[in-house]
Amino acid sequence: MKNEKNIVWRFFASVKLALFTLFALAPLSIIGTIIPQKADPGRYVELYGPNLANIFLTLDFDDMYASWWFTSLLVLFSINITICTIERFPHIWRVVSQDNLKTPVDRIKKMSIRRSFQTSASMQEAEAAVQQVLPGSGWALEKVEKDGGTLFFAQKGAWTRLAVIVVHVSILVIFAGALIGNFFGYKASVMIPEGGETDKVYQANSEHTPIPLGFNLKCEWFSLTYYDTGAPKEYRSDLVVEQNGKTLKEQIIVVNDPMKYGGLTFYQSSYQEMNGQMTAVLKNSGSDAQQRFGIVPRREVKWPTEEVSFGVTNVTGPDFMRKYRYKIWFKDAKAAPVEFWVNEGEVAKVQRPHTTYELMVKPRFATGLQVVKDPGVWTVYIGCALQMLGLMVIFFMAHRRVWVFVEKGDKGTAIFLSGNSNKNKIGFEKDVARLVEGFEEDDTLGIGSGKE
Amino acid sequence: MNSHQLFGFTTFAYLLASVFYVAIFIFRAQKIGVVASLVTAVGLLVHTAATALRWIESYQMGYGHAPLSNMYESLVFFAWCIAAFYLWIEWKFKNRIIGAFAMPFAFASMAYASFASEISAEIKPLIPALQSNWLIAHVVTCFIGYAAFAVACGIGIMYLVKDSSENAKKAGRKGEGGLLCTLPDLKVIDDIIYKSVAFGFVWLSVGIITGAIWANEAWGTYWSWDPKETWSLITWFIYAAALHARFVRGWSGRRIAWIAIVGFLCVLFTYYGVNFLLSGLHSYGSA
Ligand code: HEM
Repeated sequence: MKNEKNIVWRFFASVKLALFTLFALAPLSIIGTIIPQKADPGRYVELYGPNLANIFLTLDFDDMYASWWFTSLLVLFSINITICTIERFPHIWRVVSQDNLKTPVDRIKKMSIRRSFQTSASMQEAEAAVQQVLPGSGWALEKVEKDGGTLFFAQKGAWTRLAVIVVHVSILVIFAGALIGNFFGYKASVMIPEGGETDKVYQANSEHTPIPLGFNLKCEWFSLTYYDTGAPKEYRSDLVVEQNGKTLKEQIIVVNDPMKYGGLTFYQSSYQEMNGQMTAVLKNSGSDAQQRFGIVPRREVKWPTEEVSFGVTNVTGPDFMRKYRYKIWFKDAKAAPVEFWVNEGEVAKVQRPHTTYELMVKPRFATGLQVVKDPGVWTVYIGCALQMLGLMVIFFMAHRRVWVFVEKGDKGTAIFLSGNSNKNKIGFEKDVARLVEGFEEDDTLGIGSGKE
Repeated sequence: MNSHQLFGFTTFAYLLASVFYVAIFIFRAQKIGVVASLVTAVGLLVHTAATALRWIESYQMGYGHAPLSNMYESLVFFAWCIAAFYLWIEWKFKNRIIGAFAMPFAFASMAYASFASEISAEIKPLIPALQSNWLIAHVVTCFIGYAAFAVACGIGIMYLVKDSSENAKKAGRKGEGGLLCTLPDLKVIDDIIYKSVAFGFVWLSVGIITGAIWANEAWGTYWSWDPKETWSLITWFIYAAALHARFVRGWSGRRIAWIAIVGFLCVLFTYYGVNFLLSGLHSYGSA
């Protein structure tokens, strides 16, 4: 029974399985980059004929990254990482925490990187020199008397051995974040016409289930600007969050700069022109009073507090810069009505006896927002940060160990220096050379050049 | 002087450097080694200046942005990363033969950017989707990784060439052993492949992560399995497998050399193939 468990355990702990999974995930992932994902079943028949389409749909190739078999591979991969980490942790921990002063002296003398010196200095003098040279290069020493001599040990970066665990666990953390997002979050979208508002959004699945927001989301303004080359420059929505008539938040969003509110994030994702309608801003430049209006052609719009009414009587365009021109009719109680033309997006000044009004007219849009709730994002980000840190440590740092054994020798005292490093052997050779130099320069030792 | 001329000069310098490095390899003309390194270094300096100048020019045109926003600019930056990474390897491993297998990639990238008809060198304004600081972090980290993989691929080819000639010699056939004995020891080549792959892997990981963060800032999904993302993950799987095969199962030599080559083909497809053959969010690259 125990043996059987061992076989299963060993299977899931093995790096062979990891290689199998990685080499399986790589080519299988290609499928979904070639076969369109989440299209209508009919589309697949059109593309591949009924027989092939049938096979593809049976194997869930139309949504393969969520399919049972792809998910199973990812689960297998996670189990593999988990078991492997548990299996290897004790070994790694032993290396990190072991007492290196217990290393047998004959092993130290046989390490592949080693130097030895003979000096006429006394044991005490030699030990003093060791305690001078190593800390001088940043090696914190431990010391023990053993086997008729003194053993010193120093190490750097023992903790870097743990980085492999951090990298492997970070993958699990990222998966956990993705699961949290899947179970407790949603993706939705909504179209809000300028001047309009909504208290719900629609889930981005085939049913478009409405989800109540718990507040009102208003789009006050949407604008679309172009570069002089005609390429789009900016999509921008002025959003307002309201509840019971109170404004809770106002924010302008553009692509790449969303609004966060109440655990949700609102992204600028699309827009629609409201055919034939316009929006306008009218401002009394004397009093700075200003108001936004939705306009339908040939219908009078009133601004009661200012006793002004106006309307659009004619529209031409769009021209080569995709701009419209509007003919405006404007009236108030103070003087005769006026008519004039204004270009889309430009400010027209309307002179009246008591003040000047500034009017700007443009087409009316509905802004398309993507609304996302994803409480798992921070978990994913933490996983990503752990992974980056872990990888940097694994590949750019090393665990280096040096032992120095001082004992009675032919000429007086013998010093053995040896060590190892789990990474960057060349760099470590340089560390050792520096220590050797340190010994050579020490006057009490009086050694010209180290020899093996 | 405009950036375009400077890039032209860079392309020429990389061609010249490639020729010199190949000459060192074929004619064992060690003496021109310093010249080859010098030409590469000057090319890289001019390349850097040209990139800075193009950045300034984009501001003068009124839509300033880092020169990392389309296929042309990324190819040019790719070449920069390869040249820089190669010089670093040359300095670190004190070996110039690698240049014959690395600098041609830098030249090819520059030449393709300059001469391919489907690639426009014009400075264009940034569309809204690209107006983000994450663009710089994402592109820079990805391309440092890609450059390391390109060099690893070149060295992988070097390994296979040397290895098969040694096998041929062992089998008693006459090989071009004379030419190939100037190559470093197989063990050394193997070590450099591994180190380049490991270095590239770190940067590719960071590149994927910065891309995911950017996607989340822009669209609210850090991962949407779009073809570019998926292909970068495929590439990442392959190199992750290579590292484990090497580190834990002791694979080395030909197998790792082959993985370095296949991995780089995947990189090329991720970078180039996806833009032109598949569709998705990253299609900006085809501009
Ligand atoms: C894609 C996910 C994975 C990543 C990014 C990853 C990353 C790494 C890295 C960077 C190393 C260090 C390699 C080196 O020093 O050259 C490593 C080592 C290792 N990995 Fe993974 N790994 C992954 C999945 C796995 C899985 C599924 C297993 C399961 C068996 C595994 C087992 C190991 C082992 C046993 C080592 C050697 C650790 C040691 O030094 O004790 N890895 N991994």
